[in-house]
Formats: sequence, structure tokens, C-alpha cells
Amino acid sequence: MNKYLLYPGCSMESSAKAYMESMNTILEPLDLHFEEIDDWNCCGATEYLGINLIPAYSLIARNLALASKQKNGTRTVVAPCSACYLNLAKADHYMDERPALGEKVNEALAAGGLHYVPGTLDVRHLIDILVYDVGLEKIRNAVVRPLTGLKVVPYMGCMLPRPDYQHRWSDHEHPTELDDLLRALGADVIDYPLTTSCCGGHMTQIGPETAFELIRRLVADADERGAQMMVTVCPMCQMNVDAYQNEMNNFFSTDYHMPILFFTQLMGLAFGREPKELGIGAELVNSRNALAHIGVEVPVTQEPAAPRKKDEGLPMPRRWTKHEDRKEAVK
Amino acid sequence: MTDQFEPTIIGFTCNWCSYRASDLAGTARMKYAPNVRLIRLMCSGRLDPTFVLRALSGGADGVMITGCHPGECHYIEQNYKALRRFLLLRRVLAGLGIEPERVKLVWASAAEGARFAAETTAFVEEIRKLGPLNWGKVSDELSEISEPVHEEVAA
Amino acid sequence: MTEKIGVYVCHCGSNIAGVVDVEDVAKWAAEKLGRQGVIVARDYKFMCSSLGQELIEKDIKELGLTRVVVAACSPHLHEKTFRIAAQNAGLNPYLVELASIREQVSWVHTDKAVATAKSKAVVSGAVSRVIENTPLEEIKVPINPNTLVVGGGIAGIQSALEIANAGFHVYLVEREPSIGGHMAQFDKTFPTLDCSACILTPRMVEAGTHPNITLLTWSEVVNVAGYVGNFNVTIKKKARFINEELCTGCGICQEKCPKKVIDDVYEAGLGYRKAVYTPFAQAVPNYPVMDKENCTYFEKGTCKACEKFCPTNAIDFNQQDQLLNVEVGNIILATGYDLFDARRVSNYGYGRLPNVFTSLEFERLSNAAGPTTGNIVLRDGKTVPKSVGIIHCVGSRDRNFNNYCSVICCMQGLKFAHLVHERTGATVYNFYIDMRTAYKAYDEFYQRVLEEGTLFVRGKVAEVTDAARYSNEKGKLIIQTEDTLAGKQRRIPVDMVILSSGLQPRHDAKEVGKMFGISCSTDGWFTEKHPKLDPVATMTEGIYIVGCAQGPKDIPSSVAQGAAASARVLDKILQKEVALEPVKATVNKEMCSGCRICNGLCPFNAIAFLADDNVSEINPALCQGCGTCVAACPAGAISGTGFSNEQIIAQIDGLLMRNLEPVEA
Repeated sequence: MNKYLLYPGCSMESSAKAYMESMNTILEPLDLHFEEIDDWNCCGATEYLGINLIPAYSLIARNLALASKQKNGTRTVVAPCSACYLNLAKADHYMDERPALGEKVNEALAAGGLHYVPGTLDVRHLIDILVYDVGLEKIRNAVVRPLTGLKVVPYMGCMLPRPDYQHRWSDHEHPTELDDLLRALGADVIDYPLTTSCCGGHMTQIGPETAFELIRRLVADADERGAQMMVTVCPMCQMNVDAYQNEMNNFFSTDYHMPILFFTQLMGLAFGREPKELGIGAELVNSRNALAHIGVEVPVTQEPAAPRKKDEGLPMPRRWTKHEDRKEAVK
Repeated sequence: MTDQFEPTIIGFTCNWCSYRASDLAGTARMKYAPNVRLIRLMCSGRLDPTFVLRALSGGADGVMITGCHPGECHYIEQNYKALRRFLLLRRVLAGLGIEPERVKLVWASAAEGARFAAETTAFVEEIRKLGPLNWGKVSDELSEISEPVHEEVAA
Repeated sequence: MTEKIGVYVCHCGSNIAGVVDVEDVAKWAAEKLGRQGVIVARDYKFMCSSLGQELIEKDIKELGLTRVVVAACSPHLHEKTFRIAAQNAGLNPYLVELASIREQVSWVHTDKAVATAKSKAVVSGAVSRVIENTPLEEIKVPINPNTLVVGGGIAGIQSALEIANAGFHVYLVEREPSIGGHMAQFDKTFPTLDCSACILTPRMVEAGTHPNITLLTWSEVVNVAGYVGNFNVTIKKKARFINEELCTGCGICQEKCPKKVIDDVYEAGLGYRKAVYTPFAQAVPNYPVMDKENCTYFEKGTCKACEKFCPTNAIDFNQQDQLLNVEVGNIILATGYDLFDARRVSNYGYGRLPNVFTSLEFERLSNAAGPTTGNIVLRDGKTVPKSVGIIHCVGSRDRNFNNYCSVICCMQGLKFAHLVHERTGATVYNFYIDMRTAYKAYDEFYQRVLEEGTLFVRGKVAEVTDAARYSNEKGKLIIQTEDTLAGKQRRIPVDMVILSSGLQPRHDAKEVGKMFGISCSTDGWFTEKHPKLDPVATMTEGIYIVGCAQGPKDIPSSVAQGAAASARVLDKILQKEVALEPVKATVNKEMCSGCRICNGLCPFNAIAFLADDNVSEINPALCQGCGTCVAACPAGAISGTGFSNEQIIAQIDGLLMRNLEPVEA
């Protein structure tokens, strides 16, 4: 179960090159084999679906059709980019739910000698594979340079957990996969209430003020919570928070300096790779200061469990997990 | 009335769930296709497959078998027996040259009046597409399939 | 012999007559079904009225009818009525068939011609079938006067006390260590603000000391066999590891136990208890329970502090679970509800944001016997909130979770508002979709809370977050909500949020239902026999449901249902015997080949193989009349009374209008 088909998507080859580079460094230590889908094309991102549904879905489904031909002993397609992941999953889901759409899309695909039967493939995001297939235990064991002392906020972005067609995430509003993963690397994870809040998406092009406010909220809240950096799983989020932070600062006369890296870059660091191999340094808001905290090999000290204070503090309810018996009565 | 084909459907219901579902559909005034005529059994497990053949050979165009959802049988597990018989029956029907789709199995709990109504209407449409069966009208000899049972019981 | 059949078509006011041409149906039956033996067919406005019944009785007596068909409503409603009428006129009640032309025709179809034609078919089917009916005699079985009540909340306690006070024995089984249920956790009860414990504990004590009540706490029902009047129930009495004979309930073991555990049940996860514990001071019975999961001795084999200090040597680490068999005639299920798990509405932050509490947590917080001795404070255990937001309908009236209204949350939210107001002086907001304060003195309470100055915002809360956007939100919980009355979005910063969580069926309601042979509705609550006229009985005779097991309700309704079910049970007990439906299967030994196919089919083990005669035999006391064996017998040797092959085949033919002269549609 460690073979997968990879749909890289365009961002991974351009603006999110660092994501791709760092992802490639973690495959071997985790015994993962990704095979790129031959001749894949752009998924149309968020724009095309707003313009014309059938061509947009056909564009996406072409990749699914290619992948289903190429199977190679797996039925799972990994999409590291959140928008690609959502589009592929959406196309698979709606082709199944609305047969009329499925027929039209397959009619279009037939022109290229292709066909896709919805449900043939499982479309999954990279972090889903890491947390649920590889498992946190294995990741923890691969850590040679724990990120102890690095204060991070996990930023999942809005596209990943919603809508959750296949019940893949622990929660739609406040998923905890990224928190768990970063904790496994030894980082000091700060609870981030805005983890699934929007970064502004393409509003940076259409209505920058709107996007700036959204970016400001994210950065300000992370800063207020004492984070040294934000960690994301999505090329779009990374770009908006990173590339527009300066303009946002100018717009609001603020002075935030909040680096944002991909989770794979931090995994690479934890697995002992050097920043250069991981595309670290390519970001605009540089992460030098933040990473200084772990630049030195810090021996792992098992943090002793804090003794229960003699104060009158009341216990917290246990955290919700995906695998918890939902106590659903009859349905 | 239009001149479209109006099928005749016999529906077997379970006293504990689907018959009550049909009652509920009535109480809630949910409208559904009038082509179905219901027979109340104590349990879907009571359904002898020859009843279905009897209905089809007697002029019905389709038969709807309804019972409790798996795991909810009032008699613990008898609906599973109904399911097995239903699956066998469909193979027998195919062997007789009758579309197996003319017999449908629907699980409906006593609370699912809406489901009962919707499934009935859907089934009538399915049978309408298949067209008349005309078994009972083609030849009376065919209808003797269920006669032996009748005689034996009477004996 | 040809039967003499009477057909009676009911108008049901306009319920049937509005859609079905009833006169035509009656006329048609008299004309076309004459061959079948119909000698009279009448229509009447209300067949079920005494005049309607007299009409039938008169015909039976004067015309010598041997069979009766009533085309009216569902047999589940009035079959009994007409059977009794027939019996009064000297006709065996099982020679009456009901043809449902209301629930199955007039209420579900609109086209008059089509509905009338279908009604004729239904009547034709019933006539053909009734010819094949045979006179049956009800089987009378004695009723065991003992009763089992499952669940020791207020509804179960009420049921048990009513029956016990009438002089009959009750087994009261409770899963937790003490009776009292959810009500024992509450601080005050709306709308009178009576202290919950003050009104409940006297009842608990009464139940605990009643000579006619056998109290079985820390116990669960594991098996139910038999039928009304004669249930055989297996109860698992879980090991308490306390010798009840010796224990005085002094509490020293709890004091000395070194192991503190979060109490998920009674303290709603907001407080601690020991590994050996009684859930609360007024627990009934007052014997503690050893929690095996968390006891150091069971974990490591050391400690035994409780044993060392127990003055009466009542600690018994070797105690085993016990299985008890009890014979009862009736069973009342009062299994209650689970609280909706507010962690599922993750946008409200429960479980992530410390100062978001559930309703049950708040009950413990405001309770003088709770973890904070009644001080309403934040999760740090000391800060008194200056502003509190109460969110209604958490998990209820929500397509993502439960569609139904949980009934108690509005009043509960108002009660909380009053308590917060009274004890902290904080500003209180209630966020509601609709305010539902029906029932006696409820709306007056709402007015009172309004006058006290609680603020009400009508709208569904989108999220509760600690991500401050403006300076006044720093360090607060921000409630982002729609205010539908002001027509805008609002952000309201507060110190504390209380989620008025809804009620849910018990997580194991389905399994429990299966064990007792009753079903659950789509939402998961136990299904009652009739939602209006028989809300405490179930489809299975001898099994009753009360309190929240049947659906969400408040304390007064739970008590009323508890008492109502007891009245039904007492009625059964006082009749001394119960008539069982004579719908049974029998084997014709002449035809049985001894193939034994039927033996394994019966889930009630009613079929035995007689090796000497090489035939199978059915025990009528165990047979439940499902008919599966009848359908399975390859020799046609088994027949089911009431649902014989002849009856069903006749009905099929009748419904398909065979053996009739062609009908002009």
C-alpha cells in the first residue's frame, strides 16, 4: 500500500516549487512511491468551473481517465495541491451523483479516446496519505532533528476539509491532521482557530482590499498567539500569505513578519535534510529567524507531564477524533 | 385519463413495518401511484415464492415485496429468509423468460411512510417502462404453475 | 357450503367518501360479488360508530351472515372494534376482515374514478379471503404479576413506585451505580426553580426502601425471552467488588482511595471521583462501586487501601458478575437519553475552547454539590464570567445532526440565563432560532427572564471563536451570529458560552430495542403504538416505553408517562390472564416427511423434531406466528392459522378480480 499515482498540478512546478522539492525528499524515508500521471493537464483551478461547467469538468476528468488507465497496482491518486485535490475529488463525486454530467463529460473525453467511470479512483491529499496511511508513528520514528522549540500555527486552508465527500478528515471546521503531524515532528503547535479560514484566494487579483483584510486576520492572530511561523498544506495559501504580506503591511500600516512554509519543508528539516534541498530561502518573508530556534541539534527531552496543579481548574473534555465512536444512535 | 399503460401491482407487506408504513403514508396524506394493491402478511418471511408467481400469472404486471430493514425484523431474522427467497425467485423468473425486474424488494420501517410512497411510485414507473406482462391473459395453462401448491394444500 | 357475506363500506365522513364513490363500491359488491356469496352490501357514514356496529350486528342476527367484510380504515385502528361487534352478534370474531380503503386508497390517491376502482379491488380481495377464514379461539395465558422496569431515572422510578404501591412486585434495573438518572445531575428545574435533588431524592429513597421493589443497580438486562404475561429476563448484576451485606455506606473507602478519575457520567466530565465511589451523596443504594478500569489493584495488583481501611471488611476483590433470571409479566423501558455530543458542532469550539460548556456541564457547575460547589466560574476554576452567551438548538433542528426539536433546551437556556444572572450579575445573551415555551407556567418564566434583563438574539450562531478581530474582543470568546431581527451579522464577545445541547437516543437504543422486540423511529427513539392515543405502549404486547426513551421530553411529561404505563400494566395484572392472538402455525403430521427444513428456520425454537414419528411439531406457546416455516415447507404440510396459503392465494385472486364477471372501469 505504498504505491500511489501523483497528480502534481501546475503550482508545484512554479510558485510552489519548494513544496515539490521538499515532498520529494520525504518519500524515501517514509517508503512512499509516487508515480506521476503521464500527460496530465491543468485542473482548471477555481476559475474555470465558474465559467463553463462541462468543459471544466472534462478538463479535470481527463486526468482521472488517464490515471485510471495507468493504475499500476493502485487506485489512489495523490494531489498535494488543495485546489487540485478538491477539483479531482469533486469531478469524481459529481460524475457519480449526476449521471447526466458523467455522460456529457465522457462524451467529451471520448474525443480523445478516453473514458472515466466515477468511483474507480480514490483522490486523496498528501497530508491524508501521511497521517492515515503512513501513520504518525512511522513519521515520528523518521525524525532525526526534532523541531523542539519551534512555535508554529497549523494552517489547513479552506479547500481541503470542505466539502468532505469521502469522510477523510477529522472535522470540517477544525481538522487536526496538520496539528498532529507537526507535533509528531516535535514542533510546538499552537492551537489556531483560523485554521480553515480563507486566505483570500484570487481576491488578491480582483479586490485586493478584501484579500488584505483576510490575510491580516490570519497573520495577526498567528502573531498574537506567539507563533514564529505559519505552516500550510496549500500552494495558494502559501503564496497569498507570503507574497502579499508586504503589501498587506503597507495597506494597514502594520509591521508583521510571519513566514509561512509548507509542512513538507518542516518534515524535510526534521528528517535531517538541509534547508537548501527543501527550497527554504525561496520564500519572500524569510524564515531565518524562526528556524534559528532549531538550527542547533537540540537533544530530545521528553517533556515531563505537568503535574496536575493543586488549583481548582476543571478538566477539559477529551478531544474529538475521527475514529471516535460517534455515539450515533439509529440512522 | 391518458391512454398510457397502467400496470397492476400486487404488494406484499409486513404487518409490523411496511404495512404500517403504508398506514403512515395514508395518515400523512402522501400521494402515490394507485396501481398497487396490498396484501398484509405477518412477516416478509411468510412470503411463499409461489404467491408471486400466482400474482404474475393472474394478471399482475409486477410484485412488490416489502419488509423490515435488515436487523429490524419483528421475528428477529425472518426478513433474511425473504431476501434469500427473493434472490432465488428472480433467477427462476429469468428462467421462465420473465424480466426479474418485475419483482422488487423494498425495506421500509414503520416510520418510513414517505419511503414507501416514493418506492411504490418509482416501481410503477419501472413496470410501466417494461410494459404489460400479459401472462395471465396469454394462456391459462401457464397459470397452472401455482396450481399444484393450491391443490396440495387443499388436500 | 356457500358463505353468506355482508360487505360494509364506510364513508368515514368525507375521509373516504370525498375521494371514493362509496355507494358505487357497495352497489358493485352486491352485484358482482354475489357469486362469491355476498348477500348484502351497505354503505354508512361512520361504520365504527355504535350505530354502524349495530347495523352489522343486526345483519348477522337477521340474515345469518357467516362472514363480514368492512371496507374502512386500517385494521390497525378498528379491526378489534368490528371483531367485538361480530362476537356480540354471535359470529366468531376471526370471520371479519377489514379492507383498508382509507389509509391505502382515499388518503393517498386523488382521482375519484381510479380510487373507486381500486377500492373495489381491495373489497374483492377481502371477500375472497374472508371465505377462507376459519373460526379461531384466542389463547388465554396467565399473567405473571411481577413487572420489570428498565432504567432508574425519574420516569422509571415513577413507574416502579406506582406499581409497587398498588401491591405488586417490581424489579427496577439500572445500569449506573445509583438510580436518579439525569435529573439527579440537575441543579434547579424549570419553570418553578425547584431544587432538583429536593424533589427527586425522596422518590429515590422511597423506591430504594419499598418492600415491593427489588432494586438492581449496576446491572443490565442481557436477554429477554417469552411473551406478554410470561417474560423470562436475564439480568447481569455487574460485580461491585463490595459485599452489600456488610457495607454500611460510611464512605471511608472513597476517602482513602488514592486514585482520582474524571467522572464522565455523573459530573459530566467536569469533576473527579475516586476509583471506588458512590456517584453522589444521596445515591440510592448507598453502596459504592469499584471501577475496575481505573483501580490500581486491578491494574497492578497492589494498593488495596480501601480494603485496609474498611471498618466492616466489605471490600471483596473476588466478586464476580452474577446472572439473575426473573419471571415477569410486563416490561417498562425507561432507558432515557444521551446528550448530543457538542464536539460534533466543531464551529462552536467545544472541547477546543476551554470556556465553552455543555448544558450538562453547566448543570454541574451551578449545582451546590458540583465540582465548584455551585460557583459559576470559567474553566480555570476561579474567574467569574462577566458576560455569558447561551446557544440554543445545538445539534437539534439542524439537518447536519438531528432534525427534531429536543423540547427542553429553550426552557433550559432560560433557566441558565436566570441562574447566571442571579449568581454572577453577568450580562447574559440567549441565541435562539425560535423560542418554544409551551406548557403550564413556561411562558411566564420566559417573560420573567426577559424582565430580568437577559438579552435575546434571534438567529443561528455561525461560530464561536477566540480569534479576535477588534480590540474589545481580545481574550474573549466571540460569538459570530446572524441577528434576524436587526437584519445583520453581529460579533458578540463573551467570557463564557453554554451550549444548550439537544437530546439523543441512547447510543445502544437499537440493540436494546432489538432485545425487547421493539423498533426505533428514523431518529432512533423507540416507536410507540400510536403517537397520540397510545404513546406508552409498543407494537409488542407487554412492553411499554416511558420518558425520553420514547422521545425528548421534560420532567413533568416523563413522570406522566411513567404513571400512564403503570396504569396499563396494572390493568393487565388485574385481568389475571391475557388473550394471545391465535395466529399460529401447525404441522399436518400426515403430510410431514420429516425433512427438518423448518426446524432451523424458527428463531423462537418453537419447532421440535419428533424422532420416533419422524415428523416435526410446533409448540403453540412458543410460536409467534410469523409464517416463515409455512412458506418454507416443501410438502405444504405446515399451515398458518389466520394467514394460510388458501387465504393469501384467494386474496391475490380477489385483488386481481379473477373469477369475476369483467368489470366496466
